[in-house]
Amino acid sequence: MEKTLHPNLSAPSSPTAPSAATQSGEGAQGGPKTKGAKDVLERFMHLLFLLCGIVAVAFVLCISVYLIISGLPAIQEIGLGKFLLGQTWAPTAADPSYGILPFLLTSVYGTAGAVLIGVPVGLMTAIYLAKVANPRMAAIIHTAVELLAGIPSVVYGLVGMIILVPGIQKAFGLSSGACLLAAILVLAIMILPSIISVSETALRAVPEDYEQASLALGATHLETVFRVTVPAARSGVATAIVLGVGRAIGEAMAIIMVAGNVANMPGLFQSVRFLTTAIASEMSYASVGSLQRNALFSIGLVLFLFIMLINVFLNVCIKRKKEA
Amino acid sequence: MTEAISKLSQDSITAHHLNLWYGTDGKTSAADRGHHALKDINVEIPAHEITALIGPSGCGKSTFLKTLNRMNDLVPGVHIEGEVCFEGQNIFDKDLDTTWLRKQVGMVFQKANPFPMSIYDNVAYGPRTHGIRNRAELDEIVEKSLRDAAIWEEVKDRLKKSALGLSGGQQQRLCIARALANEPAVLLMDESTSALDPISTAKIEDLAVELKETYTVIMVTHNMQQAVRVSDKTAFFLLGELVEFGDTDQIFSVPKDKRTEEYITGRFG
Repeated sequence: MEKTLHPNLSAPSSPTAPSAATQSGEGAQGGPKTKGAKDVLERFMHLLFLLCGIVAVAFVLCISVYLIISGLPAIQEIGLGKFLLGQTWAPTAADPSYGILPFLLTSVYGTAGAVLIGVPVGLMTAIYLAKVANPRMAAIIHTAVELLAGIPSVVYGLVGMIILVPGIQKAFGLSSGACLLAAILVLAIMILPSIISVSETALRAVPEDYEQASLALGATHLETVFRVTVPAARSGVATAIVLGVGRAIGEAMAIIMVAGNVANMPGLFQSVRFLTTAIASEMSYASVGSLQRNALFSIGLVLFLFIMLINVFLNVCIKRKKEA
Repeated sequence: MTEAISKLSQDSITAHHLNLWYGTDGKTSAADRGHHALKDINVEIPAHEITALIGPSGCGKSTFLKTLNRMNDLVPGVHIEGEVCFEGQNIFDKDLDTTWLRKQVGMVFQKANPFPMSIYDNVAYGPRTHGIRNRAELDEIVEKSLRDAAIWEEVKDRLKKSALGLSGGQQQRLCIARALANEPAVLLMDESTSALDPISTAKIEDLAVELKETYTVIMVTHNMQQAVRVSDKTAFFLLGELVEFGDTDQIFSVPKDKRTEEYITGRFG
């Protein structure tokens, strides 16, 4: 009880009018005036930072709520089972069907394929940069990787369209080279920069002590890298994979140009459509208020939940590994 | 008897006119040789004894120690002349396999540096590196090494647990066990007790004395009482020179060199 009566202690515990109370109190006691001014600035900055933080939270909430509100009606109308597991997407047919399984599977296969190619290549590049390359070579590759990260996705799509698609067509004797394989290759290259830079940072952060100990035991340089450094950096490498998955599954522009954009069930040489490209390619044709348009919003909701789920799952995996 | 002597001298480590420079940047002309960290070291370190390397900081003790298992190779711009003979080989020989050398000449660092893996995997790291895959054989090596490092009783029930959960003193003894698992001939200890509490330090000192039955032990220490307590031979380094080398009793009672006397009586350093 006595504590709450003490003016110095009670002031901070009443956050509703804190600045006024402390300021006037200090003024009355003849304390240094600058402290009061600094105090106000501190509080103002605190508030400003808090506001900035709230903006991010507000947008996440906004997007979630908006997606749920606009995505649910179509799912209710079509039926969750039919929507998620239906194998045909034909919204403009006489007897329309709205099955998004082709898109779902294409997104899963495409991302998995990109990760399968991108992660080993990216990790090896990171190992090379962090542990093997001489400084001059490392600087050259660094610059290249940074440039790769800065290239707009539409340019990836363009180059893929001009080089990759005809290449695949010739190499495998297909009628068209625009297929899942082309999309996987483009995605694999697109996720390289984030995988490289994040895993390189993780590899560089491994204490030199570990490597010295390994070398002093008679291990070679590469044995040391693969048996000590990479395992010690595994949580950073896992983070790199999460980032790569996020980037790959959310990409639309580059793959819309190389994947053929037909709602087929996925096959390596099939023209396919991803969750993202389905929305992007049909939105401008769907009339406002139609079931087709609403179904596109539903696809957005599914994509959103899908990415959330993958992130949560991978993060839980990383945490569990860290604790083990 | 003669056989024993020849065995001893064979296991000893001999340095002839050993010179080492840091920061040479590949230049070998005398003027550009950077910092002359070891100056014409000539010494024969006897086998199965403990040799203490003493001297002020930055005087080449650790540099000399790290030369013996060629860990200095990792320092960019290092340049070495002269030779160090071990098991009848010059260890700077171009054809010499450093992985073989480092298996023979184990090292324990100043700061305990167990790998972030299980206790078992830490100790088994060396043997696995050198090609031992058999599970039973590894089990045996791990147990023997941990026993030799006087830590078996403390960890035998938690071999699969992370080594990072051990205390500082335990981690350092684990590092000794890890080095012993390679069955080296020589064990280098680089101020291996400087970061430890007195009890852990005493344990490791006792351990070093036991180990000299089987291994040649060379330790860098800043603690002169430790050198007196533990070592048979002492080498005093000053500004890259080996000022004096001899029996520990003699060095600490009747040093031949005035600089040694000044150092051990605490007049500089």
